[in-house]
Amino acid sequence: MDFGPLWLSAQLAFVTTLALIVLGAPLAWWLSQNHSRWQPVVQAIVAMPIVLPPTVLGFYLLILLGPHGAIGGWWVKLTGDALTFSFTGLVIASCIYSLPFAVQPMQNAFEALPGKNLEAAWTLGASKLDAFFSVAIPLSIRGFVSASVLAFAHTLGEFGVVLMVGGNIPGKTRVVSIAIYDHVETLNYASAHQLSLVLIVFAFVTLFGMFAINRRWQSR
Amino acid sequence: MRHAAAEHFELKHSIHKGDFHLDVDTAIPAAGVTGIFGESGSGKTTLLRCIAGLEHSAGGTSQPVHQRRIGYVFQEPQLFAHLSVRKNIQYGMRRNPGARDILDEASRLLEVSELLDRSTTGLSGGEAQRVSIARVLCQSPRLILMDEPLSALDERRRNEVLPYLDRLHAEWAVPIIYVSHNVAEICRLSDHLLILDRGRIVAEGGLQDVLARIDLPQLGGRNAGAVIDAVPTRYDEAFDLTLFSFSGGEIWAPGRHESPGSRLRISASDVSLSRVAAASSTILNILPATIEATAAESAATELVRLRLGEDRLIARITRRSLQQLELKVGDEVYAQIKSVIVRR
Repeated sequence: MDFGPLWLSAQLAFVTTLALIVLGAPLAWWLSQNHSRWQPVVQAIVAMPIVLPPTVLGFYLLILLGPHGAIGGWWVKLTGDALTFSFTGLVIASCIYSLPFAVQPMQNAFEALPGKNLEAAWTLGASKLDAFFSVAIPLSIRGFVSASVLAFAHTLGEFGVVLMVGGNIPGKTRVVSIAIYDHVETLNYASAHQLSLVLIVFAFVTLFGMFAINRRWQSR
Repeated sequence: MRHAAAEHFELKHSIHKGDFHLDVDTAIPAAGVTGIFGESGSGKTTLLRCIAGLEHSAGGTSQPVHQRRIGYVFQEPQLFAHLSVRKNIQYGMRRNPGARDILDEASRLLEVSELLDRSTTGLSGGEAQRVSIARVLCQSPRLILMDEPLSALDERRRNEVLPYLDRLHAEWAVPIIYVSHNVAEICRLSDHLLILDRGRIVAEGGLQDVLARIDLPQLGGRNAGAVIDAVPTRYDEAFDLTLFSFSGGEIWAPGRHESPGSRLRISASDVSLSRVAAASSTILNILPATIEATAAESAATELVRLRLGEDRLIARITRRSLQQLELKVGDEVYAQIKSVIVRR
């Protein structure tokens, strides 16, 4: 079996998930605590990747990340490499593509924090940052698990955005969904079956695991 | 909040919330329990939140909440579900430099030592609130705010927690501000009383002095009545009565009481007046008193303040009786006390 694309997909999903948890948590926190008129605007922007066709997202990311784009041009100056058709470019594109899947579960968990727990923490001598790490995050751990699983699985399954931004370079941007498409195009159904089955089993096992954990925590 | 003098806390807070306006400027003793009494909507909780720094008021300091070292006991215990009872109690202790390790002392006072290694989820309402009070003690606060800490509990649980508050008051030196709309709790715990109405202080002073006022609508109806600090002198086993002595004489109350710092609550509706001492009456306590002031409470009733030694009583009588007996300030009368409740 062709493990290259599988391994690349796993790496991409892992790095993307890590970045989304680290960067998405403060964003989710802001969305959960903020009641200004800007909150719904940001909320809508974060949710956009759910409804936009991946091709639209990929198209504009291609322009933005390209050597003449705002981010891509700056990146070329900084590192000498282009962002498009590179692993780093894929990570950035995946982060935007999977953003709502990471932010929303964390935001829901933060919004469900019990009553005045945070105020209690502050009056007990915890700074806002301290209370965020010592009370808000531990009590929202379910949201973090859901966010990680969904972001990872969603990144693993992306196709349109990757094709637009990353193309099909073996070992570099040829992730598993692209490889499957390739195999089908070349009528290599056996290989397509192998990779697809791996994805199906993986999707089921992770989602099953997540729901099982959630159920156990609920009954506690 | 600043220290005005070593023995006072200055409370100076002003805040607008919609059409509600809180405006408080006073100082409270930095010792004992100061009760804040008021109807719901009078601004009690808002005032506490200003003191703690959870609301930003004009006049208060801009010091962040976590640096104030002001403990806050909420209506709901607000225990952290991801931490054990012990870790909950240690939460504030670890975050306040200079806080001594008083976990054992506080756990013993509130009898939560047995619960330390348990999860917070299995605790009863009363246990959880005791843990939250221990947690606040262990942060070594310079002031503790209690926002109706018993109101979320049913009658039975409330009576289970009250004795611990008595002990806290008696054994712990830290000053407490205790907010309640329940006069019985206030009478039992406070030394000093502040009455809040629509965001303003309408009365403040020593508990006995404020409760002796008959001109305040907040202290009308079933809230009308005086408290007397008294010392038990004799127990009558045959009839299960205790004789207390106070500045105005001696008074019987049901049950056995031994605490030298006893506090008696005598409701205005349980006191009636007569010109002569009734020779044979079912009323146990008949004491000579002087009328100090009278005030109309309603179209039918009058509140009469009586002086007995250093102490005062309030009687509720009909305005017709007042006229028929021609009672006026300075008259010597007999107060017939139908019921005495020992509050502590």
